[in-house]
Amino acid sequence: MTTSARLDKVVIRFAGDSGDGMQLTGDRFTSDTAALGNDLSTLPNFPAEIRAPQGTLPGVSSFQLHFADHDVLTPGDAPDVLVAMNPAALRANLADVPRGATIIVNTDEFNRRNLAKVGYATNPLEDGSLQSWQVRPVALTSITVEALAEFDGLTRKEKERAKNMFALGLLSWMFSRPTAGTEAFLKTKFADKPEILAANLAALYAGLHYGETTEDFAVRYEIAPAAMPPGTYRNITGNTALAYGFVAASHRSGLPLVLGSYPITPASDILHVLSGLKRHGVTTLQAEDEIAGIGMALGAAFGGALGLTTTSGPGVALKSETIGLAVSLELPLVIVDVQRGGPSTGLPTKTEQSDLLQAMFGRNGESPVPILAPQSPADCFDIALEAVRIATAYRTPVLVLSDGYLANGSEPWRVPSVAELPTVKVEFATQPNGESDDGTPAFHPYLRDGETLARPWAVPGTPGLEHRIGGIEKANITGNISYDPDNHDLMVRLRAEKIAGAVVPDLEVDDPTGDAEVLVLGWGSTYGPIAAAAREARSLGMRVARGHLRHLNPFPGNLGEVLRAYPKVLVPEMNTGQLALLLRAAYLVDVQSVSQVRGMPFTTGELVAAITAAVDAGRPVAPATAGGRR
Amino acid sequence: MSTPIDLGMPRSGLADIPTLAEGRAPQTKKEFTSDQEVRWCPGCGDYAVLAAVQGFLPDLGLRRENIVFVSGIGCSSRFPYYLDTYGMHSIHGRAPSIATGLATSRPDLSVWVVTGDGDALSIGGNHLIHALRRNVNITILLFNNKIYGLTKGQYSPTSEPGTVTKSTPMGSLDTPFNPVSLALGAEATFVARTMDSDRAHLTGVLRQAAEHRGAALVEIYQNCPIFNDGAFQLIKDRDSQAARLVKLVDGEPVSAGTDPDRRVLVREPNGSVTFVPEAEAAGRPVVVHHAGDPDPTAAFALSRLDDGTMAHVPMGVFRNVTRPTYDDLVREQVATAVQGAGRPADDAALDSLLRGQDTWTVS
Ligand code: SF4
Repeated sequence: MTTSARLDKVVIRFAGDSGDGMQLTGDRFTSDTAALGNDLSTLPNFPAEIRAPQGTLPGVSSFQLHFADHDVLTPGDAPDVLVAMNPAALRANLADVPRGATIIVNTDEFNRRNLAKVGYATNPLEDGSLQSWQVRPVALTSITVEALAEFDGLTRKEKERAKNMFALGLLSWMFSRPTAGTEAFLKTKFADKPEILAANLAALYAGLHYGETTEDFAVRYEIAPAAMPPGTYRNITGNTALAYGFVAASHRSGLPLVLGSYPITPASDILHVLSGLKRHGVTTLQAEDEIAGIGMALGAAFGGALGLTTTSGPGVALKSETIGLAVSLELPLVIVDVQRGGPSTGLPTKTEQSDLLQAMFGRNGESPVPILAPQSPADCFDIALEAVRIATAYRTPVLVLSDGYLANGSEPWRVPSVAELPTVKVEFATQPNGESDDGTPAFHPYLRDGETLARPWAVPGTPGLEHRIGGIEKANITGNISYDPDNHDLMVRLRAEKIAGAVVPDLEVDDPTGDAEVLVLGWGSTYGPIAAAAREARSLGMRVARGHLRHLNPFPGNLGEVLRAYPKVLVPEMNTGQLALLLRAAYLVDVQSVSQVRGMPFTTGELVAAITAAVDAGRPVAPATAGGRR
Repeated sequence: MSTPIDLGMPRSGLADIPTLAEGRAPQTKKEFTSDQEVRWCPGCGDYAVLAAVQGFLPDLGLRRENIVFVSGIGCSSRFPYYLDTYGMHSIHGRAPSIATGLATSRPDLSVWVVTGDGDALSIGGNHLIHALRRNVNITILLFNNKIYGLTKGQYSPTSEPGTVTKSTPMGSLDTPFNPVSLALGAEATFVARTMDSDRAHLTGVLRQAAEHRGAALVEIYQNCPIFNDGAFQLIKDRDSQAARLVKLVDGEPVSAGTDPDRRVLVREPNGSVTFVPEAEAAGRPVVVHHAGDPDPTAAFALSRLDDGTMAHVPMGVFRNVTRPTYDDLVREQVATAVQGAGRPADDAALDSLLRGQDTWTVS
């Protein structure tokens, strides 16, 4: 007998060896969940090594998914269900699993050798150390192999490989997920390998039936769809959303998109996605190095294209000189930095927000650039359009700071219709805009627009506007080489003024009571955790306001006013206080930094604790205690 | 965008570039000269190259606005400022990558790179070799003066070992690059060498380079009278040059010197090549130059004739072969994808991309 229970939210973590297909399993479960109309958020977490030694702790790969019948803001702090495909996966993840939660283990892998590899002296499935959890032992590997007994054409290894589909089938049964999407996916993936396809489908069904027939899995759960604004939805990762955003910007501006890029984790997927979109007129150039990647994009921009380069922090370091050149040339260009743990190679597959100061100041000379940061995977799409708007309107390189969490994480996205997207208006110079000394018409490449201070964008092929630009300081207006001290002073200030004056929207503050005791101000991917924490803190009776910066340079015009309106300002960041430093410098406000650099997003719990401490510190001390202190 | 290209036929490197309207008077050297004061040192070899380029560009008949010069950093990299075309004076070593992005996105432009031995072979070595192997339709003028000029006289990656400079008071230690050998090794499809002081030869080589579809590397021996004066004196001096210069002529035996001291290049049984007096060459396999030979071995052997002593210095086009260019292929892939889709990338196409395969509706 099977009973059904209704839950409002569940966090599931699939964990196994890098070779076990956990990312794929997680992806499929996510798609099938999205199709049901649950809101969701995901967090893939995988090792930097492509194939770390099998069965070891460094080789553990995991995928966490949080889905619910209400809006989901984070991938969830702690899993309600852990699927551990081997002892390493159990060992690496157990600390995150709250007591009482469900752990599904693949007992076949719990042999002496595998236990020893990760330092288990005794088998945790037998020694009682897991008694506080609901352990569901399943001989995943052998049941899968058994279920595929009739597949004579497959080796045992190939049969074993289908065990992730068995696990997916089991979980799909437990949480009442449809499997049609996965079936369709497998049919495409293995279109020319009919036997492998049949085996994977058989394993998937075996998992479903196992759930149905085994006493152990007597309860299945249902999660009702979340209430979301009406519209057509799909699930999307940050990297894909960025890629689509730039294609949309190219479409809306009429500028062909040219990407120059060098593969780097966790940004490579943007290159992969865009290289598949040639049908939309997209040109992708895989360069010999990071510097060439941005050089190609800048060369294309000189020719009138929408130049884009994508990378992560170490790549930004290499591109710095060319970003400076673009600042001097005053050409539109977009640089995407999908941040990861640093310094140096750091933690390539883990997330961090530690490139803000590099983006702000990481170039020689005074070389300001606008900086934007998406706040969620779906927001990456809008940020790409906004980056192109600013780059083209102000003829400037623009830095977009995404991060590993946004890049690989996904959420439902209400798909906009192209017709309702903002139009990016670009006008190339076609006529001389001045006179030379002898009175003949001349083109002055550094004669600025009175409002935006942008210089004209005159592309090669335009007769009469032949001109030379370069990294040497240029005379105001004519653009000729100039070493004149006053001219340099003027040009430095003009470039700064142009960026500082870029029009960006005001910061919106979410302050339901209007008299919050604390403002929590974040940027980038901390949006979800901060929103979830604010919600929880409010439910505990605290008055909390919340704001999120998508524009980091220039800051929104009302930011100073907002900061001064609250007695306390908390700034959570996955770095050691980079935004806090900028805010203090710009506004002389004593913001308080909340920081962690563990390569993982903040948990809601951490942030609620920080908010609680700030609120407590701000509330008047009770008289008795006050007296006692004296 | 361009239409698909039939890659079987050699096409001119200038094929897609708009030419002057019919009946329009040819452009003049003056039209190609910008109003900027030229600031190289007196006597610098760069002047002669600039004059040759300004004089020869009008002959191509291209619209001036469709010509772009991109340079890096160094004395020669000031070149674009003095030409009244479009130009970009970029950063040290990176010009080939910028030119690659420009040439790939704009088939209607004639894109030139001006660089030096430090810019191209030291800090920008990586970009140079990759532009060559990709065979981007650009023409690279590599001014080789075997010294750093702009930074005031340090040795460069083409300086002979033992070169005494401010940074190498006891003599430089590193083995120099031979730019022609390097380019051949980097899969270049067009490699040539010429000299600042020989205007006719320089112009002839530049014309062939411009017409070559693909990356053309032209090494130009250039005298720096300030920091490395006379570096090429042995092959500039009228008395000594005849015996040393090996002028490469397609279809002709490779030879040096004049009658009666002419020597010809013969192939030894072990495959190596040596110069022997013409009289002794009878019955021996004389090396005849074929720049279009698909096998680069002979061109490479020619590039090694000068061991640094300038005993025999080949001048002219070492290699000139046809291979599909990177930029043509990139554009062709895009054109094929657009054609394959059956209709242009309109709003509906983008809408369908954004929606993807797997959507659901919330009402
Ligand atoms: S330093 Fe040498 S190469 Fe540079 S401009 Fe002067 S003479 Fe020419």
